[in-house]
Formats: sequence, C-alpha cells, structure tokens
Amino acid sequence: MSILTDIKEIFTGLSITLRHIFRKPVTVQFPEERRPMPERFRGSIVLTRDPDGAERCVACYLCSGACPVDCISMAAAEGENGRRYAAWFRINFSRCILCGLCAEACPTLAIQMSPEMFNCRRQVIDMVYEKEDLLIDGTGKDPDYNFYRHAGIGVVQPRGSGDGEQAPFDPRSLMP
Amino acid sequence: MTWDTVDIALMLGKIVFVFAVILTYAAYLVLAERRILGFLQDRIGPNRVGPWGLLQPLADVIKMLTKEDMIPSAADRLLFSLAPAMAALPAILTFAIIPLGAPVEIFGHKVTMQVADLNVGVLYFMALSSVAVYGVALGGWASNSKYALLGSIRGLSQLISYELSMGLSLVPVVMLAKSLSLADIVNAQADMPFIVYQPLAFAIFLVSILAECRRIPFDLPEAEGELVAGFHTEYSGMRFGLFFVGEYINIISLGSLASLFFLGGWRGPLLPPILWFFIKVGLFSFLFIWVRGTLPRLRYDQLMHLGWKFLTPLALLNILVTGWWLALR
Repeated sequence: MSILTDIKEIFTGLSITLRHIFRKPVTVQFPEERRPMPERFRGSIVLTRDPDGAERCVACYLCSGACPVDCISMAAAEGENGRRYAAWFRINFSRCILCGLCAEACPTLAIQMSPEMFNCRRQVIDMVYEKEDLLIDGTGKDPDYNFYRHAGIGVVQPRGSGDGEQAPFDPRSLMP
Repeated sequence: MTWDTVDIALMLGKIVFVFAVILTYAAYLVLAERRILGFLQDRIGPNRVGPWGLLQPLADVIKMLTKEDMIPSAADRLLFSLAPAMAALPAILTFAIIPLGAPVEIFGHKVTMQVADLNVGVLYFMALSSVAVYGVALGGWASNSKYALLGSIRGLSQLISYELSMGLSLVPVVMLAKSLSLADIVNAQADMPFIVYQPLAFAIFLVSILAECRRIPFDLPEAEGELVAGFHTEYSGMRFGLFFVGEYINIISLGSLASLFFLGGWRGPLLPPILWFFIKVGLFSFLFIWVRGTLPRLRYDQLMHLGWKFLTPLALLNILVTGWWLALR
C-alpha cells in the first residue's frame, strides 16, 4: 500500500535529519575562524619591497590608471640618487573591488594582491590605507625580481652593471 | 463560590505567571527553532547575541518594535490592525484551561495549577481554534494584496478542514475520560496515558495540530516562495511580530494540549509535575521543529486529500471502534 510506504518514508527522512543534529557543523565563523585561502586569492592589496629591502614602487601611476574604480592615488618624488618613489600612496579600500588590475599593470611588481583578507570597518575613513599600512617587509610573489637591476640604469647604477647588460659601447669608436 | 482577597490574588498571580511563562517560552522557542534548524542543516545558527545567542529574542523584539509600522494605503485600516491581535489572542487564551501541574496547597487554599478549570474545556479549546481562523482570514483580506488574499483563502480552508479531524480525534479521548474538563482528562490518565489506548487518535491529532499551527509541511497559508509571505505579506514591525509570536504560542498551546490529551499531562514518575509538563511540551516543540527541518510543503490538493479523504474518515472509524470497545467492555 502506498500510504504505508509514505509513512515509512517520512520516518526515514526524520531519522536522517536527526542524525545530522549530532554532526559537526560545517560553518566557518568568518571573522574569528578563517579558511586558508589559495595563494593567488585576491583578498587585499600590499606594496612589496625588492630583495634588497628597498621599496619597489617607482610611482609610475600605471596602477591608478588601470584601476577601474579610481581608488589608488599617489604623488611621485625623486630620491637623491635619482630613483623615483611614491611620496604618498593611498588606496581607498571602501572603493576597491579587488579586481587585481593594478597588480597586473605594475611594471615593478610592487603592488600585489595578497590572500590575506581585508577587514571591513565601520568608518569609511578607516578604510583609506596609507603607504605605511600597505607596505610589507617581504618581496611577495616574485622573491628575486628587482626592477632596478634591469632598469633605472644610469640613475641608480652605472651603465654596464645591470643583469645581462653589456658594457657601454661608444659608436664613435667605429668612425674611421 | 465566595471570593476573598487571597483567591483573587492567587488568580491574578496565576494569570501573570502563565502569561510570563508562555511569552518567555515563545521567545526562546524562536531561538531554539533557529538553532535546531541550524544543527539539522549542519549549520550553527544564531550565536552572536549573548552566550550561545541567548539574548537573540531580546534583539528580535527590539528590532520588531523599532521597525516602521506600515499600513498599506489600500488596506482596511480597522481590520488590518485587528487581525494580528485576532491571531495571537486565541493562542494565549487557550492557556487559561491548561493545567500546568498537580494542585497545590497555598495559604490553606487548594490551588489548581490552571487559570480556570472549565467543565467544557475541550469545547472551549475547539471554539478558540475556530476563532484563530479569523486572524488569518482578516489579515489576508484587510491587506488588499493578492498574495495575502491567496494565503488567507488557503489558510481558511486548511484550518477549517483540519479542525474537523482534530475535533474528531479528540472524541475518543473524551469518551475514555467521560469528561470535557482538562483536569478530569489528566486525572483519567493516572494509570495509563491515553496514547496507549488511542495511538491512532494521537497520530491524527498530531497531524491536525501541525496543520492548525500552519507549520511545514502544512504552511500553505504562508508558503514563502509561492506567496511571498502569505497572509502576513503586508505586515511589518510589531504587527508582524504578533502574528509570529501567535504562531509560536500556538505551537506551545497545541503541544501542551497534545501532551494533556494523550501523554498524561503533568503526570509522571520522580520529577515534579510542572517539570514533567514542560518536558512533554518541549518534546512536542522539538518534534515540530524537527518536522519542519525534514519535510517539504504539501501541494494544495494533497493537503485537502489528506484532511478530508484520509484523516477525517479514519477519525470517524476510530470513534466507532472506541465506542464499540467501550460498549463491550
């Protein structure tokens, strides 16, 4: 009889749900418990340093140009050795959509996406991060890359001393 | 019957006590439901407000009270304001006849642990459950919204249909106890709870009170996903809160009636009677939540089919068999 099967099925269902009461919940209680995120997860933005410990950022404005929501702003300055750096660097995380276009645009790999998740704040002004908040001590994803070994030649290092760079050649020496 | 000051004080005390107990119970039943449903679904449920979320009901009440109280411009203002009270009141009034424990002696007065021992208790309960239909019907109709109206029409026919099988399933109990008073029905179960004699009536009553509470799998009047929120679609703030609280008080009152009619009410070994009563009510509350976490909603024709073609004939047959058994005994 179908009615008996129906009743039996109701009890089967009840027993299954009862068993789930004693099962450990799968919930991750977010701000306190965090799941480890994959390395390439875009959780927040950091400014990295080169292997020598100097800032990688050369304040080229490419990240702020690439940013679709215009949340990055900075001012360029030049050091005594002719090396460019950002006098101030500001990311407004209340606008940031964590798209990662800034990290893609960056020629010096200074600005990178970090898997560490950015926390929301109650005040919008607390979500504006300055350079000191963004700068980390490590090199981030590409530990060996140093922009000034390949570029900035003549400014911070003498000609001919870059990686794979030949000694300067004077074309006038070819003249008869 | 002469009334003196102590009698009146005791009566008022009982009313205040019952009111406080059921409102607290209803508030925490909401929390219990949310947490148990969470566990049923491998979640945690609300645990942020206070330890284990114990202050959640307070937060809910504050939220309800501070929300904007809207009355749609096309609504019938009088009925619209009346309906939430009509939904909550019968559920609360049912508690007037429920004996919470064994009679006790206070100041030389024999005090029954119920507000009023009506000699037509069962009829009073049936009458109130009929009045409860008005909350649904008026709420949906006064809103002047198609979803609310559909919900209230469904609710109306569902409540009326299942009232029938609920009433019929109680007839054998009354036949066995030979009284309509709830105190007498509990006393008649001193030796053996009626569930032993009347398992079928108990099953029919259980299904019917699920339908009377408008709980899943019989939540067609509300049916979120079909009718937005059914008959209380247009309600907000504490007016919605009254519907909500009424629903939960209804669970408690119908659960306690089920335990009175079939499980022997406050009777039980070892533990104090009032504790036994609340254990049994708690079991029914848990069952309601458990069923909600398990079953899907019935289709409308299935609902009517179950009520009219299955439960009602079965209840009638049960009365017949009980009568036959009582006559031959």
